[in-house]
Amino acid sequence: MTGPENATELVRHAPGAHEGGAALLGGTTTPTQDFLRGVWEENPVLVQMLGLCPALAVTNTVANSLAMGLATFFVLTGSSLLVSTFKNLIPKEVRIASFILIIATFVTIADMTLAAVVPEIHKALGAFIALIVVNCMILGRQEAFASKRPIGRSLLDAVGTGFGFIIAMVMMGSIRELLGNGSLLGYSVFGPSFEPWIIMILPPGGFLTLGIILLGFGWWRGRKAAEVPRVRRWPHGVASRRAA
Amino acid sequence: MSDEPDRRRRRGRKLPIAPEAGAADANGLNGPNGPNGEARQEGEAEARPIEPDVVDAPPPAAEAEPSADAEALAAAEAGATDGERPADPEASARELSVKEVPSWRLILTLAAAGAMAGLAIVLVFGWAEPKIEAHRAAALRAAIQEVLGGPERYETLFVVDGSLTTVPPANVDSTELDRIYAGYAADGSQMGFAIAGEQPGYQDIVGLIFGYDAESGQLLGMKVLESKETPGLGDKIEKDSAFVSSFRGSLPPIEGVKAGAGTGSEHEVDMITGATISSRTVIEIINKRMESIGAMIQAYRAETREAPAAVSAEAGG
Repeated sequence: MTGPENATELVRHAPGAHEGGAALLGGTTTPTQDFLRGVWEENPVLVQMLGLCPALAVTNTVANSLAMGLATFFVLTGSSLLVSTFKNLIPKEVRIASFILIIATFVTIADMTLAAVVPEIHKALGAFIALIVVNCMILGRQEAFASKRPIGRSLLDAVGTGFGFIIAMVMMGSIRELLGNGSLLGYSVFGPSFEPWIIMILPPGGFLTLGIILLGFGWWRGRKAAEVPRVRRWPHGVASRRAA
Repeated sequence: MSDEPDRRRRRGRKLPIAPEAGAADANGLNGPNGPNGEARQEGEAEARPIEPDVVDAPPPAAEAEPSADAEALAAAEAGATDGERPADPEASARELSVKEVPSWRLILTLAAAGAMAGLAIVLVFGWAEPKIEAHRAAALRAAIQEVLGGPERYETLFVVDGSLTTVPPANVDSTELDRIYAGYAADGSQMGFAIAGEQPGYQDIVGLIFGYDAESGQLLGMKVLESKETPGLGDKIEKDSAFVSSFRGSLPPIEGVKAGAGTGSEHEVDMITGATISSRTVIEIINKRMESIGAMIQAYRAETREAPAAVSAEAGG
């Protein structure tokens, strides 16, 4: 689903990420790389374009984004832990079914926990909690990583990817709540004289925000890629350490 | 083409070895003997399907044995040289690939996983359900308190055969019945009735509850319980305090008028500019519920005035 193929893509398109990507292809990654890959280099939303449904639908406030991010984080980490633990017991003919079963269990637990602990947020997120189960980011990590790697590495990978998802969600939520409601986490920022851009908290605002973030991200990555020769000379410490 | 199914059958049996080796390789965890053993196995697996059908003929049992032997041998070799056989992922993977063939094992795996998942969910449900129920009841209680103006206690009245009763008939599931809530002040006098209703709005079902003072015929208040109306426009039906409070003191049936265009009648409520459908939905819900329940409430009041003792039967919610 994702995984190695994606890594190849990444290496091809972003020479800036060359070293991490190459190491991934070789199958020898350091724990730090496992963690950081999901957070930034292969951020599930901003780079891999996975989990866009919740990223567009429930990011109209920071609180909702954060709750959705945390719920997904919990499901991803729990599933990776279980899949990695039982990977030798699961016959590969039924592995996808087993992964989905494990993921669905965690989603149901997250759903009921949110309903019991924070009913307001659960109400706001509505059906999107149950839809975590079809988030291909989660199944992708199980298939590409957790089912093949030791438990520790799988946990790191899941935590990194989940963290990257939370970052992307909160990024979206902050922009949309700030512009669409003039507040952050419910606290007014711009004062009463601010006329909220209502479109930002409506569905089109999600597309606009995501598009602008992706534009900025792509521009930044393009610049980084173009700068590779200079980057090697410029941060002297980094270059010499790499040489050594 | 004719040997295609046959090849697939073979692959099905052989394949478990090859990808596992690949995965182990990618991990860089291969023992020194691993690659050799694998190469031999893979060569065998690759060569077989190309052989003509005649050579393919030997019965599966006869063929399975040597391959199992070879695997055992390879595993033993790996174990001997590595000295840490259980930790060798390749060896354990190969053991598994032998076991995972029968379909009962697949069924067993899924059944066991399903049972564990079910158990986990039941445990969490047992913990969460009372809390969720409590939240729901608290939300309803708060809404009733709000729309009736803080009654000392309230009781549930069920709609049975077009009349209100505090005791639902035994043969009917009381959770299925339509109901309203009657609020009482500390001195036992009736404060009004809280009536919930719902109807599709602009986006989704709008659910609300309103208080009705049967004495004066006025509404006591309105509160939206659930709505997914457009944020910033339609959701003003619950967030715009001017709109919400304009229902207090109004007389049903209510008529929605453009803001500022009313004649000052108690039947009129100013609609929200830009949220015509949402405001109309709120008004329609109230009017429809009053139409069907209003007469029952009057009948119930006449009934209880004759026998006031029956009123103080059931308290709380």
